[in-house]
Amino acid sequence: MAYGNTAFAALSDPTRRRVLERLAAGPRAVGEIAEGLPVSRPAVSQHLKVLKAAGLVSDRQDGARRIYAIDPNGLGAMRAWLDQFWDGALAAFKAEAERAANDEKAETQ
Amino acid sequence: MSLGIKPAPVKKTLTVAAPPEKAFEVFTAGFGRWWPASHSIGESPLKEAIIEPGVGGRWYGLLEDGTENPWGDVLDWEPPHRVLLAWRIGGDWKYDPDLLTEVEVVFTAEGQGTRVDFEHRHLERMGDAAEGARASFDSEGGWAGLLQMFAAEAAKAS
Repeated sequence: MAYGNTAFAALSDPTRRRVLERLAAGPRAVGEIAEGLPVSRPAVSQHLKVLKAAGLVSDRQDGARRIYAIDPNGLGAMRAWLDQFWDGALAAFKAEAERAANDEKAETQ
Repeated sequence: MSLGIKPAPVKKTLTVAAPPEKAFEVFTAGFGRWWPASHSIGESPLKEAIIEPGVGGRWYGLLEDGTENPWGDVLDWEPPHRVLLAWRIGGDWKYDPDLLTEVEVVFTAEGQGTRVDFEHRHLERMGDAAEGARASFDSEGGWAGLLQMFAAEAAKAS
């Protein structure tokens, strides 16, 4: 079964979840996000890159700074989970519906 | 505090090699046959998952220990074309009868099969409860636990 699991993998890291938590309070530059986190600023940049690739955060240039925000059109953390969740559930539904239809066909033949 | 996020609805389209009548029946009456058993919000393992037919029907899980775990209810019932369900589980993973997010499933005949258009919407309404979710963000029972559970299920299913 194929799970599009970029968002899922992105959220599995505790530091990335903390980065996301910080962004939930409002858009921030890398430096502001890194403040108080027990990881280096380059590490935070790396985490942001992963979150961005997963569609969880967006960024924009503001002069010399890059401002990161939770992507409102993409995924809140809850949405990311639901998206994954429904993928799996609907794949299971498809398999069961097709199995049931096949059984019926076999009976009438 | 609201997070000020308005997430887009979760939308999925899939094609099922079964007629709409069968697809609708399996989705609703056969719900417990395909719903991943590990996806329960209760303390005890999930024994059965049920969507009661008709408007007002309950959508719930029956746990091994005999307790019932409500998830929501049926808002619209138009077999075999459409079902609209209320999903009342918030960002804190708890049932809240006052929370309304909608799960709409539309079944359209397409050739020998059925196109299924799925949408889970009004997720922004989970926003207030999401504060609770954020509080449990780093706990074992929070995201970490759920994601581990999901990973286990995904590995099992693949």
